[in-house]
Amino acid sequence: MAKRFGDDIRKQGFIGDKDMGKERKIRVLAAKPGLDGHDRGVKVVASALMDAGMEVIYTGLRQTPSQIVEAAVQEDVDVIAMSILSGAHDYLFPKVMDLLAEKGIKDILVIGGGIIPDEDIPALQASGIAAIFGPGTTTGEIIQYIQENIPV
Amino acid sequence: MPNQNDPSNLEAVLKKWSKEVEEKVKKRPERKPEFVNTSEIPINRVYTPLDLSDEDYLSEIGLPGEYPFTRGVQPTMYRGRYWTMRQYAGFASAAESNRRYRFLLDQGQTGLSVAFDLPTQIGYDSDNEMALGEVGKVGVAIDSLRDMEVLFNEIPLDKVSTSMTINSPAAILLAMYMAVAEKQGVPMEKLRGTIQNDVLKEYSSRGTYIFPPKPSMRIITEIFSFCSEKIPFWNTISISGYHIREAGSTAVQEVAFTLANGIAYVQAALDAGLDVDRFGPRLSFFFNAHLDFLEEIAKYRAARRLWANIMKERFNARNPKSMMVRFHTQTAGCTLTAQQPKNNIVRVAFQALSAVLGGTQSLHTNSMDEALCLPSEEAVQIALRTQQLIAYETGVTDTVDPLGGSYYVETLTREIYNRAKAYIEKIDEMGGAAEAIEKGYIQREIQDSAYTYQREIEKESRIVVGLNRYQTEEERPGDLLRVDPSVQKEQTRSLEELRSERDNDKVKQSLKALETAARGTENMMPFILEAVRSYATLGEICDVLRGIFGEYQQVNTLGN
Repeated sequence: MAKRFGDDIRKQGFIGDKDMGKERKIRVLAAKPGLDGHDRGVKVVASALMDAGMEVIYTGLRQTPSQIVEAAVQEDVDVIAMSILSGAHDYLFPKVMDLLAEKGIKDILVIGGGIIPDEDIPALQASGIAAIFGPGTTTGEIIQYIQENIPV
Repeated sequence: MPNQNDPSNLEAVLKKWSKEVEEKVKKRPERKPEFVNTSEIPINRVYTPLDLSDEDYLSEIGLPGEYPFTRGVQPTMYRGRYWTMRQYAGFASAAESNRRYRFLLDQGQTGLSVAFDLPTQIGYDSDNEMALGEVGKVGVAIDSLRDMEVLFNEIPLDKVSTSMTINSPAAILLAMYMAVAEKQGVPMEKLRGTIQNDVLKEYSSRGTYIFPPKPSMRIITEIFSFCSEKIPFWNTISISGYHIREAGSTAVQEVAFTLANGIAYVQAALDAGLDVDRFGPRLSFFFNAHLDFLEEIAKYRAARRLWANIMKERFNARNPKSMMVRFHTQTAGCTLTAQQPKNNIVRVAFQALSAVLGGTQSLHTNSMDEALCLPSEEAVQIALRTQQLIAYETGVTDTVDPLGGSYYVETLTREIYNRAKAYIEKIDEMGGAAEAIEKGYIQREIQDSAYTYQREIEKESRIVVGLNRYQTEEERPGDLLRVDPSVQKEQTRSLEELRSERDNDKVKQSLKALETAARGTENMMPFILEAVRSYATLGEICDVLRGIFGEYQQVNTLGN
């Protein structure tokens, strides 16, 4: 049986044992907020993060901000990486930050990517998004950014 | 004296030549030890008549307008008339988009192509919670017939052909278009255009699905059946490789997965009792124009030949029109760079030229600024001018299939044909395209190719000019086209107005009748048309169907 989004994520078995006795792997929630169906970028980034030894939980398409925040809490992630190419980042990214703040969560690094005009970046950063990665970003840059900026 | 045309003589000459060149290459190596394209097809140093020595010209290639249509679907191609220049457009409100369409028509565009926003594509009204932040962003927001009337205001529907990129709710938007035509007094047999209506690639590549595969396939076949009676010249589906390629596939995968989806639609229609030569001629296709110029040309030629074979041999079509791949092309959005965006004008020009040399029936050329934002009017104009330059200035349109007979192009055509056919056989073994998607096979193949492509860019074994080579310090262009955020408010207000002004009893009755049809086996199209005429909204109609058919849950193909 194929795994489906909406199935219990923990039963899907693509998260390794959380405590291997050694240092914990970085846990990342890769998320697609809103109705956008472009998932090439998010899947490429998720694959690269996995190859770099991180544990990645991918939400699948069409997630509301509250679903994303809920999944982040449930999965106890260190990073939320969101991707939007539909132009709805101006509404959806800050909404996720609002919901995190409501829950008093401050120790998750939130980053975003997609087709996002430069002039929108300051407002997104003011809302608490740590960094925005536009077209042409290498997966190497994203990996390095996460490794260097993850809250300890 | 040996005969110049004797193949054994050529073989000997080529052998000698190759040996000499190998010696030279040892001293002065070529750029790479191996040349392989993205479809993993090895590329030889040179191609000669020997590569085609076993070719049966008439059965593999033939003449333009004749089976297997390798050289094109019409006998005169662009000597008769140019392709339809059709720029995909739509944003914000119906009134705003109507202005853009009239601008494009004024600039010499010959067909319309409607982009709908995501809530419309996924069957939500603009005031739905799921629509927050998305209204009017990637296309025009259409909530009811009232918006559609504004969208085509003063555009005579008997004079233009209109392509609508709409899939899961295609039946509803088509019904709205028909209702607008009724109001304009245009007879149905005068309507020309296309609905995308290709849900299988939504599951695998594009993401705007609503219902599960089974009811979706039912809706699609009902559209085939309804249209063959009511709007005979409408293209009932545009079987799309474009988005499969955008999601990261290779050229071979694009052909294979598109035609595999096509097979699934034909089979579903046959299973519903339709006649292949009734609906077959109205099937149309949509391909991507990517970077590898000659591979792309070969791809279109291979797709034509393979589909012709499938329709004739597998589905026993008799009407040659059922065997023709008539297709729209769009240049590859995924190849545009945000860096040095003016370079995109040149990329698009080469891509558009490959589509023309490949025999496309209509074409959209991307605008240079699309890796940054929605295209500005100036950028769209250059994109349209690119097509006009190819048509009027380059001379490539004066003979049919000018690259036919090129040893390389013919070899590649054959190679793509064979490799795509092998994929289709594999998909057949899985039980067809819908099953292969349910197993996650097609998605995995595509995402693996996308990952490989990205790694090549990062390893710099693939050069993208301005991105990983010849970079410059640059300032990003400001003054980008933005969608006015008040669109959502305005749509919400006008929905409220509509709900208070329309005859709500009539709406209720029409939705009830649709529900009964959907639960039974009757063709739903006439009921959808009736609901649309009563000004039921898109969201209301989709809610009825969602209530009966449920919603699709995507297969997760990431990880193990």
